[in-house]
Amino acid sequence: MRIVCPFCGERELGEFTYLGDAKPMRPVAGASEDEVFDYVYLRDNVAGETSEYWYHGGGCRAWLKVTRNTLTHEISSVEAAAGAGAAKVGA
Amino acid sequence: MKYSIFSLARAALSGHKNWQRTWRDATPKDRYDVVIIGGGGHGLATAWFLASEYGIKNVAVLEKGWIGSGNAGRNTTIIRSNYGLPGNTGFYELSMKLWERMEQDLNYNTMVSQRGVINLYHSDAQRDAYARRGNTMRINGIDAELLDLAAVRKMIPFLNFDNARFPVQGGLLQRRGGTARHDAVVWGYAHAASALGVDIIQNCEVTGFVRDANGKVTGVETSRGKIGGGKVGMAVAGSSSRVAAMAGLRLPIESHVLQAFVSEAIKPLIPGVMTFGAGHFYVSQSDKGGLVFGGDIDGYNSYAQRGNMPVMEDVCEGGMALMPMIGRVRLLRQWGGIMDMSMDGSPIIDKTPVDGLYINAGWCYGGFKATPGSGFVFAHLLARDTPHEEAVRFRLDRFRRGAMIDEKGQGAQPNLH
Repeated sequence: MRIVCPFCGERELGEFTYLGDAKPMRPVAGASEDEVFDYVYLRDNVAGETSEYWYHGGGCRAWLKVTRNTLTHEISSVEAAAGAGAAKVGA
Repeated sequence: MKYSIFSLARAALSGHKNWQRTWRDATPKDRYDVVIIGGGGHGLATAWFLASEYGIKNVAVLEKGWIGSGNAGRNTTIIRSNYGLPGNTGFYELSMKLWERMEQDLNYNTMVSQRGVINLYHSDAQRDAYARRGNTMRINGIDAELLDLAAVRKMIPFLNFDNARFPVQGGLLQRRGGTARHDAVVWGYAHAASALGVDIIQNCEVTGFVRDANGKVTGVETSRGKIGGGKVGMAVAGSSSRVAAMAGLRLPIESHVLQAFVSEAIKPLIPGVMTFGAGHFYVSQSDKGGLVFGGDIDGYNSYAQRGNMPVMEDVCEGGMALMPMIGRVRLLRQWGGIMDMSMDGSPIIDKTPVDGLYINAGWCYGGFKATPGSGFVFAHLLARDTPHEEAVRFRLDRFRRGAMIDEKGQGAQPNLH
């Protein structure tokens, strides 16, 4: 598996760190306990095409949104996702 | 048939032409008291304990592929009970005690070999952490010995003790730990369960659940037709989210790929199971002579049953740091299995919110050693509708309650457990 970074070109997997599914959105302050529980703990865990966040720590240090098939590891698109990591963890 | 020295002699004298099948390859009936989805170690163990301990013999085990085709044949065969947190400590020791009597229970040679598991430490801080873990084990009646450098040198003299960054300082040893023959474990459970009347149905993929007007699960739709079940238990670690989704459930689980490796066969070298404490590398030597080893999961969601190069490199670097002389041993095989990585790194054994559906999932990459214990407590739950006392902490709702069992203290990030 190699990822084509939009800034650096095709790079080997070891340069990237995985954050996870890009679909869950951090709930707003004051959200219900159910919404927070769902966000923190429950996952669709898709078998097939899914979008997820990767961090190019060994290269340009950009956050990327990668569309990848979990059954085949085939990557169909990679786009820049500035700030995705911070938005995910609420930093 | 019953295996013994006499059956072996009889078969040998007749040219090994009269061995019978180890278990019946059953065709599905219309209805069973309990239907278990997944013919891996955990599913088959559950069926055997249902039949032998709880008197429920009208049981089917449904397997999508063939027996031994999934994670039962993809692990590194290690058994141990060196866990540190309430919930895990007692459960894995229950499992270890069942390993110790498995061959007699099943009348099957599962090659359980208590050759010892040693976790090496490389710093004063790590020694203290291992001492605490060893104390936790001993307080709970589990064997553990903290070895100093001299004792480890005597036991495993060929290690790279003077590694400049990660010198070996000692180790925590569980002598009762070791290995078992993974294929024989599933064959043994299939053999013993089948003899008690359990139907083992291969090439039977579950494609949906049958529900009544109240939403209760009353059976499963499969590639071999509809099969009714008074209760349905799923033991499909790796694919739990996919099966649960058929019942409308979302789980606190991600599926990740874990690789394992075998080298070419070499003369007997490694006495037991060893782990490198400064990285993630564990190794034992099979009876055929190959070094069986592994390390971390790859770290990204996957159902592909194959991994990638960075983890392969990392695992081999761990091995080289510990034993530089294996550098000229060639890698023979490498494979991947799909793990249910749960949100706290510990398993889930519980009723689900869907009436009639029970779950056994979330084994992360520690499922093999749990096989007999998992089968025992899951059979208890299916038979009695209450959790076994050693599984009360493995409830599905513990994430909502904040009652996590997080050995590594990593939080809800499954690829870090």
